[in-house]
Amino acid sequence: MSHASAAPFTRAGILTGIRLSLPLWPSIAVFGAAFGAAAAQRGLTLAEAAGASALVYAGSAQMVTLEVWGRPWTVSALLAAMTVTGLINARMILMGATIQPWMRGTPLWRTAMTLFVLVDASWLIGVRHRSEGGRDLGVLFGAGIGLWPLWVASTMAGHLAGALVTQPRAYALDMILPVFFAAMLAPLWRGVRPALPWLASGLVALLVQRLVPGYAFIAAGAAAGLVTGLLVDDGAAR
Amino acid sequence: MIDALLAGPAGPWIAILALALVTYLCRASGVVLMSRVRLTPRVERGLRALPGSIVVATALPTGLSAGLPGLMGLAAAAAVMALTRFELAAVLAGLGVVAAGRALGL
Repeated sequence: MSHASAAPFTRAGILTGIRLSLPLWPSIAVFGAAFGAAAAQRGLTLAEAAGASALVYAGSAQMVTLEVWGRPWTVSALLAAMTVTGLINARMILMGATIQPWMRGTPLWRTAMTLFVLVDASWLIGVRHRSEGGRDLGVLFGAGIGLWPLWVASTMAGHLAGALVTQPRAYALDMILPVFFAAMLAPLWRGVRPALPWLASGLVALLVQRLVPGYAFIAAGAAAGLVTGLLVDDGAAR
Repeated sequence: MIDALLAGPAGPWIAILALALVTYLCRASGVVLMSRVRLTPRVERGLRALPGSIVVATALPTGLSAGLPGLMGLAAAAAVMALTRFELAAVLAGLGVVAAGRALGL
């Protein structure tokens, strides 16, 4: 590294990060409201839904763990939920790996705090800031902390709205989770070859769903996708 | 004893804290790992394939178990998202198709 000293962490950087996150606010709010509504359908209280958003702060993982949410919780249900959460958030390992050089020399508490609010959107904003020659860690922190109150507030709004509906099936609210996931596929699409692991994942998930009770099919499908991704060249130039 | 605790009112909060801890470990482990080892391109490729794989593994079986309206709703949501890149429109279209399919008794 050419920079011997720790990266700066300025107030101006934090404000820049928040400003750069503004275009994402509508989609984060919709996602948060969808999680809140789905959580209400799953029987989470308002405080539990808001608590999950505030402490976990990882939308896709929160959504999928709703599918395996314990009613009531048992040790095996908890282990299943933790496995699913770990699998979904495994991409954060990659995200963390890419920003590690940026954090070299930064005080531990500041690194820990910045990592707590690291989400896909803030990571993208931070990576762009870096590629444009910036190195203010405040930008990465600001983008993450700026979206956090919105995420919690929209979760609560979605929960309140979702709990009002007395006939969720008639409005298809029980389907909000799979529908939202289907919508998320479009922005992830990078062509047929990178989607081969998805195909493997879908087939394995359907098969395991037939054979094994419970929600093991999510982890099984994801594992099949991971292995396919390891084995098959996705053609990405990296 | 743990089962009794989990089944009680504290259960959901124990779960939320456990899931928050797992998530934080994911956030931190990349930074910790990279200061020691280097990710191979192969592992990177596998990790890149994960998000979409998880989405499919979750949505497809759940959608299929909702029958034809479910499947049509998933297709509608994906199509509207591909065309408009607007989450709200995609989710509303998907839910609308499922609701309409059910109302028609499909």
